[in-house]
Amino acid sequence: MKKPVELIFELSKPGRKAYSLPACDVPEASEKIPEKFARKADARLPEVFEVDVVRHFTRLSQLNYAVDIGFYPLGSCTMKYNPKVNEVVSRLPGFLRIHPYQPEEMVQGALKLIYDLEKMLCEITGMERATLQPAAGAHGELTGLMIIKTALEHRGEGHRNKIIIPDSAHGTNPASASMVGYEVVEVKSDERGNVDVEDLKKLMSDEVAGIMLTNPNTLGLFEERIDEISKIIHDAGGLLYYDGANLNANLGKARPGDMGFDVVHLNLHKTFSTPHGGGGPGSGPIAVTKELVPFLPAPLVEYDGNRYYLNYDRPSSIGRVRSFYGNFNVMIKAYAYILTMGPEGLREVAECSVLSANYLMKRLRDYFDLPYDRWCKHEFVISGNRQKKSKGVTTLDMVKRLIDYGFHPPTVYFPLIVPEAMMVEPTETESLETLDAFAESLIAIAKEAEENPQLVKESPKTTPVTRLDEVTAAKRPIVKWEFES
Amino acid sequence: MWSYIPHTREDKEKMCKALGIASIDELFDDIPKKVRMKGDYDIPGPMTEDELIVHMQELAGKNSHLDSHACFLGAGVYDHFVPSVIDAMASRGEFYTAYTPYQPEISQGTLQAIFEYQSMICELTGMYVSNASMYDGASSFAESAFMACVATKREKVLCSRSVNPEYRMVLKTYAHFRGVQVEEFGYKDGQVDVDDLKSKLNEEIAAVMVQSPNFFGVIEDVASIAELAHSKGALLITSADPISLAILEAPGKLGADIVTGEGQALGNQPSFGGPHFGFLAATEKLLRRMPGRIVGQTVDTEGRRGFVLTLQAREQHIRRERATSNICTNQSLCALMGAVYMATMGKEGLKEVAKLCYNKSHYAMEKLVKEGFKRAFDAPFFKEFVVISPKPVNELNEKLLKQGFIGGYDLSKHYPEIDKGWLIAVTERRTKDEIDGFASAAGGEVR
Repeated sequence: MKKPVELIFELSKPGRKAYSLPACDVPEASEKIPEKFARKADARLPEVFEVDVVRHFTRLSQLNYAVDIGFYPLGSCTMKYNPKVNEVVSRLPGFLRIHPYQPEEMVQGALKLIYDLEKMLCEITGMERATLQPAAGAHGELTGLMIIKTALEHRGEGHRNKIIIPDSAHGTNPASASMVGYEVVEVKSDERGNVDVEDLKKLMSDEVAGIMLTNPNTLGLFEERIDEISKIIHDAGGLLYYDGANLNANLGKARPGDMGFDVVHLNLHKTFSTPHGGGGPGSGPIAVTKELVPFLPAPLVEYDGNRYYLNYDRPSSIGRVRSFYGNFNVMIKAYAYILTMGPEGLREVAECSVLSANYLMKRLRDYFDLPYDRWCKHEFVISGNRQKKSKGVTTLDMVKRLIDYGFHPPTVYFPLIVPEAMMVEPTETESLETLDAFAESLIAIAKEAEENPQLVKESPKTTPVTRLDEVTAAKRPIVKWEFES
Repeated sequence: MWSYIPHTREDKEKMCKALGIASIDELFDDIPKKVRMKGDYDIPGPMTEDELIVHMQELAGKNSHLDSHACFLGAGVYDHFVPSVIDAMASRGEFYTAYTPYQPEISQGTLQAIFEYQSMICELTGMYVSNASMYDGASSFAESAFMACVATKREKVLCSRSVNPEYRMVLKTYAHFRGVQVEEFGYKDGQVDVDDLKSKLNEEIAAVMVQSPNFFGVIEDVASIAELAHSKGALLITSADPISLAILEAPGKLGADIVTGEGQALGNQPSFGGPHFGFLAATEKLLRRMPGRIVGQTVDTEGRRGFVLTLQAREQHIRRERATSNICTNQSLCALMGAVYMATMGKEGLKEVAKLCYNKSHYAMEKLVKEGFKRAFDAPFFKEFVVISPKPVNELNEKLLKQGFIGGYDLSKHYPEIDKGWLIAVTERRTKDEIDGFASAAGGEVR
């Protein structure tokens, strides 16, 4: 079998080493590991020298596409530039080399940072307090729903067991709802791409615990009737959950708290520029209204006017959702980003991301189906339905071809309510020249789909590997290196 | 102009003109007036890069850290040595500025690195399959309970009190909302109290959950507990210290069905508790019940080896409310650092680290005993142990701090029944001089 890069195991040779450890400077322990607990056969980790490690992982890295390489318009993922200074400051020994159980007196700087970041995020969302514990967006959703459930129980409304979720929602929303034991009820979208308010009214009952909404939604459209929706839910005794995946468009423009949301999650790895790391670490803080503060996980960081401290005395809290205080090192980067941008900079982020998205939508609209013809916010959705019907070239084919043009594909086949969907989010950190080049490439591909469909269907051609056999991968899973024994 | 935003005035004018609008404000007309923001956020900034660095240095400077103090504190996060190659590799923009590998043709770097990570975790734990990572040791422990409930169609788990208290708290929170019952069983001489476990174990139990080495550092008799669990049709779930697995028997060989753990010790800095990563590995039988991402090997249209995210029918973006878990973003870069660490240490290095921890912690224990501390448990331990201090632990730690030592974890908060229990961690980084100095300083304070 041809291999673009060997596995690290294939480089292994007994006797090689990539580490340097001190000789043992204490006597060998007289107490031995009891035979029944001792390992019989060594773990067959690779034996390589340091240059192997460096070249191997460097070569692997070169097989990746990344924001540092080029345009990454993955809708709802906000793949904006990840500032280098944030990487530098997050690695200061005073941040990187602190143990979470060190006495509070030793970590006043870290506690102050968490405290101040919480304040900033509350100001940005229009909420009362926040927890920075959740490690990712979906983890935030889980935490937020636990808070809603507990709050309703405290109101004596513990029987409410239904969560309303739009048909355009992220898959994590229903998955999170079911993890806290809620039944998911889907609300339809209307012809403008918003929540169908009439449908919503029909779904109301005293079993409804609340609604999970993304605003702007996953179609990139602002929920124009958010005020009405919030009134309907609150009047029925439910609570509103804000999925913060798309907060970028709202910076300095509109706050979830002012829209009537009770619980808000944020993705620091989207809106606040922290890198996505190839799938994490992220950070998914949860901000809440005053009524819900008692239910936030313990501990919260407090300030007594003199010193910062961890407050574990939270009798009504939902409990804990992870160890310690959250992905602290990710928080540092978000904090640094907010300070770099300041209030005007953040508004500029929203304005430029929305301007770029609308410009790109305008450039592409004549060549693809546009399911919702109105101003978009930070992202927009077009459909490759026309190309599929004409020559059988699918959206997947077209975005794979985009790779040959040097771009990362947009999010595809999502939201589920748009067939052959392409969800494009340019972010504010891409230039007019990049947007034009991307538009021209996609237009050229639409033309290729007509004139030379086979070329598009067989793309990409310029990558380390071509299309991969995912069916066999799932049918006969090979999920680890098999040693020759 | 902003250094992260390229739009010049001319660019904006050109784009507005193309859209037929007079100003960008028009694009926000669909936000109802009532919810539109008036005025600016009340937050600090903007700052120049230089101002920011000075500010951050000042904040970081308010923290005393593990380079200025000798650390004997563990309890879940450890001061292991992190070789330089790890940050060098994790700092490559191609790795850290990529998203989850949804487009495999241009994500082979992340995918292959995670496949290697999974392979090394399986090798250490003795399991068939590992996922691509979880948030941390606590959440992977909690989610594994649900795997067991689904697999056994039972709704209750038993968890040992010798498991890390934060893991147990997270388990209880997750389980409460999922409608799964958690009952705890006790410990005796620092190890699982088998009689208590037996009295609580029956055909309604989905899993018996233990940690080894446990929170006290003590090695559990996983094989016997597994046998007991299996006799009632329950699964055995364990949480393991990955460093210990270089010299302690792989849980898979001892009968564990699911092995979870905290991966921080594998090349991740303490960083005030995160980000680190959780690992989760299981038997072949549980393959399709796994939460989260899994990378699988396959071939491309030209017959070349390649890697993809696989078995995605388990996941939230396909299965929605019927997914095995809601996890989406995990801790990929931290797991990659774990893979680089395991490759760097290799077969021999990881064993050496484990043996250094073992010998140094035993040396430290003996030293402390000579200084008037009492060993709390006779059971065998790996790199952490409990001694009983003659003096309240918080007072002792305070005094030691002034002498440049970060003392052990105070057990009084979560184990009030262990009077003045002091949990001491000794990694390969602690020198004989530091241990001697620490023990004699501690002795000096309690005499």
